[in-house]
Amino acid sequence: MNPPVKVALSNTRFAILALVVGAVLALGCQFIQNDYFFNAAYTVLLYAILSTAWNILGGYTGYVNFGTAAFFAIGVYSSIVLYKAFHLPLGLLIIAGTVVAGVAGIGLGYLTLRLRGHFFAIATLALAVMLFTFVTNWDYAGGARGAYVLVPREVPFGFPRYIRYLFTVMVGLTVLAIVVARIIERSRFGQGLAAIRDDELAAECAGVPTLRLKLIATAISGGMMGLAGTTFPFFISFVEPVGAFDLRYAVNAIAMPVIGGMTTWLGPLLGAILLGTVQQLVQVTISSAWNLLIVGVLLVGFVTLAPEGIMGWVLAWRARRSKRS
Amino acid sequence: MSALLQIDRLTKRFGGFVALDQVSLQVAAGERLGLIGPNGSGKSTLVNCVSGLLRTEGGAVIFNGSDISRQPAHQRIRAGIARSFQIPKPFASMSVIDNLCVPLLYATGHRPGQTRPGEAQARDEAFEILRSVGLDARAGEMSAGLTQVDMRKLELARAIAARPMLLIADEAMAGLSTSEVDEILQLLLSMKGRGIAVIMIEHIMRAVMQFSERVAVLVAGHKIADGDPHEVIANPDVQRAYLGE
Repeated sequence: MNPPVKVALSNTRFAILALVVGAVLALGCQFIQNDYFFNAAYTVLLYAILSTAWNILGGYTGYVNFGTAAFFAIGVYSSIVLYKAFHLPLGLLIIAGTVVAGVAGIGLGYLTLRLRGHFFAIATLALAVMLFTFVTNWDYAGGARGAYVLVPREVPFGFPRYIRYLFTVMVGLTVLAIVVARIIERSRFGQGLAAIRDDELAAECAGVPTLRLKLIATAISGGMMGLAGTTFPFFISFVEPVGAFDLRYAVNAIAMPVIGGMTTWLGPLLGAILLGTVQQLVQVTISSAWNLLIVGVLLVGFVTLAPEGIMGWVLAWRARRSKRS
Repeated sequence: MSALLQIDRLTKRFGGFVALDQVSLQVAAGERLGLIGPNGSGKSTLVNCVSGLLRTEGGAVIFNGSDISRQPAHQRIRAGIARSFQIPKPFASMSVIDNLCVPLLYATGHRPGQTRPGEAQARDEAFEILRSVGLDARAGEMSAGLTQVDMRKLELARAIAARPMLLIADEAMAGLSTSEVDEILQLLLSMKGRGIAVIMIEHIMRAVMQFSERVAVLVAGHKIADGDPHEVIANPDVQRAYLGE
């Protein structure tokens, strides 16, 4: 007989479940007294969004993007500029930064997606360098000196501290990113992306409009990276180009999905929680200088020992178990 | 006669090398055409030009009444031209049945009178196709683990899943054993029942002769013969091209 399709949660149910988990998490954490916790948790969530975003192009579609920092910085600087110019509320800044980064994704994709493999990766790296140069020389956005963003004195919704509010917003954005990733994964669109990843020529010859799908994937992935950056100025309150374009964003956005597993939405999330938490702990207990070294060692370890990441491990183990029973 | 596929003076150059020189070829609906020629004669280039993976420098490809010469590959399979690859290109991260769902979800439903199946329908249709090619027992397995002959069957099954009017099978039997060749041959012969015309590109002459209603011969980018299989084989030009002076 036709093998049964695995019964899975519908998109709506998954979204509701994710929202509930997010809400419980965000509210539960408010009982934590130590404000530093929210700093650390914000950073971990930031990475969760970045790696989920990276995985849409890198994991689902098979196109490696080294330019995560560029899209992230687009979100950061769009917030800085729009806040300085119009004093927009955070909600609008989030939407604006996401859209700008998404449009940048389409632009980059249109110019470079005809390139295969390594050449696309090189082009994304070039984008980061170009944008960095542009922002460094853009006086209105602070230029090389950097820009201060004064956090509003009044914290919305009665949160006692602004960081607690930001953390809660970030939980919401993470839920959004994960829901989007999972919808893509299970859709006809996602199946087209997987076909491109496996064999682009065969995909095109199976009717998949490869260029259009890649463009959409780049737009969503880029937009989501921008989304991660939109609240960042309020978190850090002083942004300079070197910080916004930091190498660690690009490296972590690749390392976390690789370590967690690139074929499902859960992989990047697991990777971000694991690696992000370890980095935060090391930063407090030893030194922040160790962070990239730890990422490097873990990355090498996983690539050689478990190339399919944690999720690959789990899935293989489950398959073995179901075969035995 | 209005042909299903009409290749009209097609020319393809790679730099200064002329791979196809004004090649014209016609295929009628439901017809079985064998396309032969020595290595490097331009057979695979012709497949790539017709399926849309290569741009041509001159001439036209007319399919089902419309000029598709400028269309990208994904639109040509939607129009009804499917192909299999000489070296199988399975979607390696997917199960066998999911491999067929890709063309079912992307290539079908673009011609008048056709509708795209939903997810569940697509799986049913995919399973039916797998049964007809003898891969139903492997439906849930990962495609990367298939044997060579099963890999070839998957190539053909995936082409069928696009619901084509024409299938171009590019050396679907190369490197297979005698009994495996017969299996693939039966499969290609069964396309007639589905109303699919087939261009079979092949070096195995036994299969070509058994299969073809008509044979065309390419040599160095030129078509040198086209007609009844036995007459074509007896043609002195063809014999010279294969055996030398």
